[in-house]
Amino acid sequence: MKEGRPRSFYVLAIFFAAYTLFLYGPMIAIYVLSFQGPQGGLTFPMNGVSTFWIAKLFQGTGIVDLGAAFRRSLLLGVIVMIVTVVLSVAAGMAFRRKFKAQSILFYSAIASLIVPSIITSLGISLEFRIIDDLIKAHWNENFETSMGLLTSGLGAHLTWTLPFGLLIMFAIFNRFDPRLEEAARDLGATPWQAFRHVVLPIILPSVIGIGLFGFTLSWDELARSSQAIGAVNTLPLDLQGLTTTVTNPDIYALGTIISAVSFAVITLALGTIHMLNKRQAAKGSDAGKGLV
Amino acid sequence: MDMSEEVLQQASPGLIPGSGTARAAKPTRLSPSFISWLQAGPMMLVFLAFFLIPLVFVIIVSFWDYNEYQLLPAFSGRGYTDTFEGCIAQLPDLCTIAKTYLKTLKLCFLVWVITLFIGFWVAYFLAFHVKSKTWQMGLSLLCTIPFWTSNVIRMIAWIPLLGRNGLVNSGLVKTGLINHPLEWLLFSEFSVVLALVHLFTFFMVVPIFNSMVRIDKSLIEAAYDAGATGFQTLVNVIIPLAKPGIVIGSIFVITIVMGDFITIGVMGGQQIAAAGKIIETRVNALQFPAAAANAVILLVITFLIITMMSRIVDIKKEL
Repeated sequence: MKEGRPRSFYVLAIFFAAYTLFLYGPMIAIYVLSFQGPQGGLTFPMNGVSTFWIAKLFQGTGIVDLGAAFRRSLLLGVIVMIVTVVLSVAAGMAFRRKFKAQSILFYSAIASLIVPSIITSLGISLEFRIIDDLIKAHWNENFETSMGLLTSGLGAHLTWTLPFGLLIMFAIFNRFDPRLEEAARDLGATPWQAFRHVVLPIILPSVIGIGLFGFTLSWDELARSSQAIGAVNTLPLDLQGLTTTVTNPDIYALGTIISAVSFAVITLALGTIHMLNKRQAAKGSDAGKGLV
Repeated sequence: MDMSEEVLQQASPGLIPGSGTARAAKPTRLSPSFISWLQAGPMMLVFLAFFLIPLVFVIIVSFWDYNEYQLLPAFSGRGYTDTFEGCIAQLPDLCTIAKTYLKTLKLCFLVWVITLFIGFWVAYFLAFHVKSKTWQMGLSLLCTIPFWTSNVIRMIAWIPLLGRNGLVNSGLVKTGLINHPLEWLLFSEFSVVLALVHLFTFFMVVPIFNSMVRIDKSLIEAAYDAGATGFQTLVNVIIPLAKPGIVIGSIFVITIVMGDFITIGVMGGQQIAAAGKIIETRVNALQFPAAAANAVILLVITFLIITMMSRIVDIKKEL
């Protein structure tokens, strides 16, 4: 017999549902509004349904050069994702043993996460300005700037994504059974083989999770990019620029497109994680399951 | 090396390949500490180049001089004196910087109280009322997905709801509750707090949930068996055990709000002053030393808040 649920369950279930509505309701509203008719305005009611505003964005008649910003953000996001995955997995492996500077790295990561983004961003911008001045003074008077998407911009994004990657690695290795790796070594595997054929397949679902954080956090990053990205803008910066002059639904259309990319990546990542978990469950160890 | 291996090793030395003599026999083997450096070094370098050195530059530049268009690398306290201008002369009236910080702290406090309340109960529901692991995972994911989408979009998403002709106002006017649309719904302190809560409650939910799922359920049963009411169990068992999560979540929310300039800018219609916004304004005016001085002040205040809060809990132990 199933026990009845306490009354607090229903109260909190309603509270949770309300929170979810609060989270998603406004977002869904602008996705819907981006399909306004050509005469439609910024608010409900819908004035017809069309893809007018989305098409307008793609025609490039909008206020910003969207295509270029889109490609820049995508490029940066993919690079940030790859670097975050590689550096986090490597550093996560290092933390399984004691090493000098362990706590320096740990506290750097935590500090990087909680020091206000505007300060990090300002610092990076000052650093690159000073480097520029030095180059101009000592080597090349015509030097423009070393600031850019893949120098200061990449660095700024990494200060935000790497702490998440490292914390996820901690979570992984907290419940990782080291005997699996020891067994591999006992069977004669080199450290690299043990990592490649034992550790990596087991942690792969979570590693994809790190990639998901890396890409999405970079794709939407704003505060750290604001001072450190250099002359060009990323997509979120263009979007923020538009907020001061909101007059018609093309800003919603832009929001919808940016979100569509996020949701595509989220779905892809979660789908892959789900598939890997299922495969692990199917092909994984049968130890302890008996002989029958 | 774990226990079983140690026992094995004692019983018959040399049985375990790769240990003892076998390991020493390979001359090309890299030392463990060197491998650790290779593994952790790249991340350390990124933090050094893009976080630690930049912080040092912020502190150095805050003591430089400046004119209308450039940095002058000479010692000067002008960044700070400009920032605190009038703070003594205007007494007992508050100067701009003091007013701005008071306003920021007020926003911070409001957002902290609200996110803590919502975050606590959402985490409580997930941790104690959702029994199936699949549902727990699914619902946690539901709370996490918005975090992977754009903050700016989640801000502008309030415009069609809260604007002059938005859903809320037109609904209230239609039902006759008000005659004129409410002006304070959008581009106001209200909308700033609403948006901050909307964006950052996630940072409360995750650590509190993490602390709560680690609570041994038998402790709660024991409390009930000993005659504690639901409320007594909550106050005397659950809240103390969830404290690490509460503190970590609070640190996240408070530091984010203290340094925020985007949400306050967009949702406040660029009209509300805040600690983070001063820095942005100074940078836009190319007054880098003044911007850096403000960054140092913000850093010190944030650091003080964190130190105060981490007195309550050892963060490193909780991760």
